[in-house]
Amino acid sequence: MQHAVIRPGESALLPCLARRAEPVVIPLLALLAGFAAFSLFLVSQGKSPVQYFSLVWLGGFGSAFSWQNTLSRTAPLLFAALCVALPARLGLVVIGGEGAIVLGGVTAGALGAALIGSGPVIALPVMAAGAMLVGGLWIGLAGGLRHYRGVNETISSLLLAYIAIALMNHLVEGPLRDPTSLNKPSTAALPPDLRVGNIPGLDVHWGLAVGVTCCVLAWMLIDRTTWGFAARIAGGNVRAAQVQGLPVGRLILGFCVLAGGFAGLAGMFEVTAVLGSANGSLVAGYGYTGILIAFLARHNPLVIIPVAILLAGFQASSGLIQRRMDLPDATVLVLQGFVFLSILMSEALYGRLKPFVPEKWRA
Amino acid sequence: MTRSTPAFSRRSFLSATTALGAAAALGLPARAQSNMTVGFIYVGPRDDFGYNQAHAEGAAAVKAMAGVTVIEEENVAETIDVQKSMESMINLDGASLIFPTSFGYFNPHILELAPKYPDIRFQHAAGLWTDGMPSNVGSYFGYIGMGQYLNGIVAGHMSATKKIGFVAAKPIPQVLLNINSFLLGARAVDPSITCQVIFTGEWSLAVKEAEATNALVDAGCDVITCHVDGPKVVMETAARRGAFICGYHADQTALAPDRYLTGAEWNWAGVYTGMVQTVLDGGMIDNFVRGGLADGFIKMSPLGSAVSDAARAQFEAAKAEILAGGFAALKGPLNDNTGKPLLGAGEALVETDIALESMDYLVEGVIGSTA
Repeated sequence: MQHAVIRPGESALLPCLARRAEPVVIPLLALLAGFAAFSLFLVSQGKSPVQYFSLVWLGGFGSAFSWQNTLSRTAPLLFAALCVALPARLGLVVIGGEGAIVLGGVTAGALGAALIGSGPVIALPVMAAGAMLVGGLWIGLAGGLRHYRGVNETISSLLLAYIAIALMNHLVEGPLRDPTSLNKPSTAALPPDLRVGNIPGLDVHWGLAVGVTCCVLAWMLIDRTTWGFAARIAGGNVRAAQVQGLPVGRLILGFCVLAGGFAGLAGMFEVTAVLGSANGSLVAGYGYTGILIAFLARHNPLVIIPVAILLAGFQASSGLIQRRMDLPDATVLVLQGFVFLSILMSEALYGRLKPFVPEKWRA
Repeated sequence: MTRSTPAFSRRSFLSATTALGAAAALGLPARAQSNMTVGFIYVGPRDDFGYNQAHAEGAAAVKAMAGVTVIEEENVAETIDVQKSMESMINLDGASLIFPTSFGYFNPHILELAPKYPDIRFQHAAGLWTDGMPSNVGSYFGYIGMGQYLNGIVAGHMSATKKIGFVAAKPIPQVLLNINSFLLGARAVDPSITCQVIFTGEWSLAVKEAEATNALVDAGCDVITCHVDGPKVVMETAARRGAFICGYHADQTALAPDRYLTGAEWNWAGVYTGMVQTVLDGGMIDNFVRGGLADGFIKMSPLGSAVSDAARAQFEAAKAEILAGGFAALKGPLNDNTGKPLLGAGEALVETDIALESMDYLVEGVIGSTA
């Protein structure tokens, strides 16, 4: 992603605004196009798009309860999307964040069980650090395979996710199993003082605040540091970056480890704030929704925040839609599919729409 | 499953108009409700020919009752999602009785929500409720191992190779009890029969279920059953390979009518309409309810056309024995499949025995390992 370059001599304001508007307007248009295509699909099924979207509003954003419903689903999506967006700035397509989430959760659960009695001030930071470390190693592995062995990171990270889930099952059903968890193998239940609570005044756990903070930090890293600048150059043209003497290998590893660390943190919050122990419920598909969010946000960590809230709102309203419109749960997947496709297709529009390209104005 | 609370079957719970007045102060409003909304939540698709479909069939029966509105949600994960789905049903649709049907919904999700909504009744499928848990939470479960025992009897008669197969999800007590019951049913026909088990590791993993089924048939198993969430893949794959099949969770006859022998099914329709009627009548549902074949919690699929007369006769005889109550599939002397003695001569574990709920072994004759 390149920044708009303002040439000397041009009157700066209007062209600058036009260039800045492009990455905002095009995704919005794509979103609307996706909704329109989905509406046609609904009509073809004899269902009312108006009712659908008004239920999305009611279930996801229409009341204080709906907002809390939406926001409490947002936290893991923020982390999962960061896990895709950071490597994407280097030109890597990492889709195995699910594995880092699951292993981060197991690590947090195991450390929490081992640290029972040591108090939250010690235990929670250790659990978070452990989860980030393991998640970071997992995605770092995909980055390392890519850099040192030329293995496609998209495929390796996806396969690593399957291995992670199998590993989680093995650990939770074997060495880490709480013997009292008979029919739902889990790690030992965390005591109340090791559970992360809600943000005061909200029915939403602290993972949301941490997730938003991480998005802001990731944005600062990418947009406001030399490391981020180097990563963007490497993402634009890896040969050029190498010629410039940029440490491409270290950048790939560093960004992948950081991305996996964020995903691991998602697992840690699932365990400490929601599940209370690590078990198979960690495999909830957040990692895959994160891919969609990161692409919709065009890998901009700040844009991830509203997009994640939007997607969480769709999920929050999905139940209401099932109940009121008698539509299957897969409907929301159809919607996500339409939106994803139209966002991908809209990539072709950048630089081609005259209002956003000052160079073409006089022509 | 709980270990501390003794299991007891409550045949009379359906007519729970008895002296529960004291308990009525705790949970539901003790008045007849003219229009009640009942919510059902499933972890997978409701037409999976399995666990979720069995519950959805129960919900469909409730839907037919007068004065009741049924709302349903499928594919709800065992995460914050289910908490929010329940709250959404309560806040947006006015549900007063909710059946979150997946095992993993209970702890922590139902337990966390129940104190926040003391006027709402949460009914969970699995016997997890113990004293001290919120009084507006109830749990119920059935002794479906007996159904697998009956499956085993028919399988024992129909197997020519004397090898039967079991595709299992995870080595947890409920699944192990089903495997052991299936083999012991078959061994009641012919003590030389063995049962090979393959664990897929997941509740719903179609590819591995198909692989496991093929591997069992390749190993010579000619009657196959399973315990996974959706038996469809196992049933179709086994039938295509020419094996006989015994169903689980729901009736899978339609998938392969000429290969389907019988099946162990949940009978949630009777259970759910009974519970809803209790609430409609202003009564209280017990917090802890269990039942077996005699209580209408489980049922058997109609015997298939391929089932021989001898199999039919022994099946009916064993079924009558189970209906009479106090039946034990596990009888001593019995060893596990590593040779460790489990039960001495004269010892037995009846279907309601709490020890069955922490089962961690496979009995002798089962080829496979829990680890």
